[in-house]
Amino acid sequence: MGSFKLGGMTFGSLFKKPETLLYPFETKTPPAGLKGHIVIDASRCILCGICAKTCPADAIAVEKKDRTWAIDPFRCVQCASCVRACPKSCLTMDPAYTPIATAQSCTVVEVPDPKAAVTES
Amino acid sequence: MGKATVIPFGPQHPVLPEPLHLDLVVQDETVVDVLPQIGFVHRGLEKLVETRDYNQFIYIAERICGICATGHSVGYAETVESLMGVEIPKRAEYLRVIWHELSRVHSHLLWLGLAADAFGFESMFMHCWRLRERVLDLFEKTTGGRVILSVVKVGGVVRDIDATQMAEIVSVLDGIKDDYTKIMNTLLTDTSVKNRTVGVGYLSTEDAQALSMVGPFARASNLPYDVRSFGKGAYGDLADFQPITATEGDCYARVKVRCLEVLQSIEIIKELAAKMPAGDIEVAVKGAPADGAQASNVLEQPRGECYYYARGNGTKNLERMRIRTPTSQNLAGMTVALKGCDLADVNMIILTIDPCISCTER
Repeated sequence: MGSFKLGGMTFGSLFKKPETLLYPFETKTPPAGLKGHIVIDASRCILCGICAKTCPADAIAVEKKDRTWAIDPFRCVQCASCVRACPKSCLTMDPAYTPIATAQSCTVVEVPDPKAAVTES
Repeated sequence: MGKATVIPFGPQHPVLPEPLHLDLVVQDETVVDVLPQIGFVHRGLEKLVETRDYNQFIYIAERICGICATGHSVGYAETVESLMGVEIPKRAEYLRVIWHELSRVHSHLLWLGLAADAFGFESMFMHCWRLRERVLDLFEKTTGGRVILSVVKVGGVVRDIDATQMAEIVSVLDGIKDDYTKIMNTLLTDTSVKNRTVGVGYLSTEDAQALSMVGPFARASNLPYDVRSFGKGAYGDLADFQPITATEGDCYARVKVRCLEVLQSIEIIKELAAKMPAGDIEVAVKGAPADGAQASNVLEQPRGECYYYARGNGTKNLERMRIRTPTSQNLAGMTVALKGCDLADVNMIILTIDPCISCTER
């Protein structure tokens, strides 16, 4: 008898909205706080390197001399340790997933020098 | 009796999601001896504790196994907290247990789907995984991750669940419970399922005790051992907790115990959601574990008791981290349960024990 009950449930599923989405024609709105990828607001970065020290996967590299902040998205495990550790709150977790990559590469961001900006003005 | 023949089973086998190799010594279609072999997914994760500090290692601990991820992060965090004498806020304890019990629901639903698939019960497989998907959606909304949650930290948790999300968890679980009860009743009353499982893979209470079996495998052999009944953390605030046991000790009993544990976990989450205390979700943890400090901890994973041991050396890196997982205990009982069974029943017995090889090998 049990199988008939499950059969009824399965038959009912024929007339219900599908549980799955017809990807890629339909996409799901990412919920707030979804672990997508790390983005940096370079204008606030002070190149302290705390994010690189905190990262358990060694995915972040900070070069004070070249004034660059780099993240290897292939090493990043989306734990958000860097976001919590950043003293200037310049790192955030973007809920969108990164597009599919065709080659392995790091994302390098140049951090503007605030002193240079003052001199120019 | 015919001549004994050795039949290799695994490491690649349709019934095994993970690589486990068994040498089955068979005489006339009857298994007379079993020699298990593991070592196909060893990653040396315990050794990595020497290269990462105690805060970073939690992300490695939760990658020991995808299904038990939440359990390992909670187990590791509790061990380090006890090593450093840290007491976490009550709300963090509740949140940890809620996520851990949700992961038990998803683990058991995943297992039930795989078991149904092994029975040839395809529609039940789809229904179980459909329900499991709702639990994963809850994880996604409350933690930002679906399988690896990265939500537990040494000193508490990193995210809170607000009242709206908590109400959503309870309403989704109510929906799952209705559908799941129908599925469970179908499975437990179905004649073909009973024909495959009743009296198959028997393990007596004495054997279960002598071999130190843990989890649903032990409880199905009438050994009422469940770490949750120790009342640690938020489990201590439950009005009543009784481990689910069965007396038969066969495959059917193991299926029944796991099926009922899903309903038990749902009730635990609902009770804790109603009792959720207000307050902080983390405390600041500073310094390093003292040189020679030791701590151990046990946690009820979906597959049974998991034991954690940690030793500090005065630096931020731990000296030693040892994790004894439930499946490494249960492999001994599995060889006993397999002895004397028909060759055709081997996959069913292995499946009802629900081995997690990634956990075992680390």
